[in-house]
Amino acid sequence: MAGSVRVLRRRIKTTRSTKKITKAMELVATSRIAKAQERVNASLPYAEAITGVLTALATNTNAKHPLLVAREPEHRAGVLLITSDRGLCGGYNVNAIRTAEQLIARLKTQGKQVALYVIGRKGVAYYTFRGRELAGQWSGFSEQPRFDDAKKVGELLIEAFVNGADDSIDGPGEDGILGVDELHIVYTHFKSLMTQAPETRIFAPMQVEDRELAPGEILPAYEFEPNAEELLDELLPKYINTRIYAALLDSAASESASRRRAMKSATDNAEEMIKKLTREMNSARQSAITQEISEIVGGANALAAAGSE
Amino acid sequence: MAKTLQVDLVAVEEKVWSGEAEMLVARTTEGELGVLPGHAPLLGQLANPGQVRVKLAGGKELAYEVSGGFLSVTTEGVTVLAESAVAVER
Repeated sequence: MAGSVRVLRRRIKTTRSTKKITKAMELVATSRIAKAQERVNASLPYAEAITGVLTALATNTNAKHPLLVAREPEHRAGVLLITSDRGLCGGYNVNAIRTAEQLIARLKTQGKQVALYVIGRKGVAYYTFRGRELAGQWSGFSEQPRFDDAKKVGELLIEAFVNGADDSIDGPGEDGILGVDELHIVYTHFKSLMTQAPETRIFAPMQVEDRELAPGEILPAYEFEPNAEELLDELLPKYINTRIYAALLDSAASESASRRRAMKSATDNAEEMIKKLTREMNSARQSAITQEISEIVGGANALAAAGSE
Repeated sequence: MAKTLQVDLVAVEEKVWSGEAEMLVARTTEGELGVLPGHAPLLGQLANPGQVRVKLAGGKELAYEVSGGFLSVTTEGVTVLAESAVAVER
């Protein structure tokens, strides 16, 4: 019986050190959530300003920019999926990938080919393991994305979208490069500390809403430098990059929240396990002592009986 | 009292500076430009890289090195949108 006590003691020790790790990860994730939310808030003024400028520009011009016009028919769709670089974050990646798969299935039933772009090591691993071809992949910044990362991604996607303009259903058009006709993004939206849900958005062709004018409001007659078309050319890619950046930040916050929750339940489980194992160990120890005593008493009794005869 | 100009300088990752100023000087792709209170609405692309100078009341001046920027002048004030903006010591 002494052996089983030793085994139990060792298991308690390993569980305890696992708990220390999960607890530390939980704390790190908690502080990361706050940081990620701070960065989301810090990026809001720019996002609002660029949306305002774009709205003003779109209402002031009739320019038909390729990024704004829907193509008929759409042959190929691009899907950008945002996952995390590291695991141990509960269902975060599984949910995002499942949502992307649903979107891909839906696009395929509409007769479109799908080009997949993936951010995050986990998503990349998922698809390369299954031998699926990726049109683009990036990793290494899922927890702390910078605007430069979003820009890198955005540039490639916009290029693919612009290349897709002359494609036909049979193959690439005059430029010989296969592009895409629409772009979707799948990311995880941070609703609260407890809920994060994967969401799908279309971000090209873009829908810039002509703002409803309040009664009596007159739109300022803008002067443009250089001119409206060139400005639109410059602004739209930036706007897309901003959208990608916002999605990255949102996903980063969700990832940390998801990891915090997963690590919290892991810590709780470890605690419960330690409790259970300690009880088991105590009862094993006690029964070993009881057995020893009864053996001694039994032995003494036997000796006493032998002596009295 | 002289009128002042509401200036917002925002970069993608953060709001860089915001406040009242007397004048803002920036260089668009077309040329150098000064914005005083009451300027007509304007949308401009800034030279890349370019410097944006903000003249505060009392003669002080702030300067920022801005890349990938836009300038938007409305009746409310001036907004400078930049991919990055770094303060320049002078």
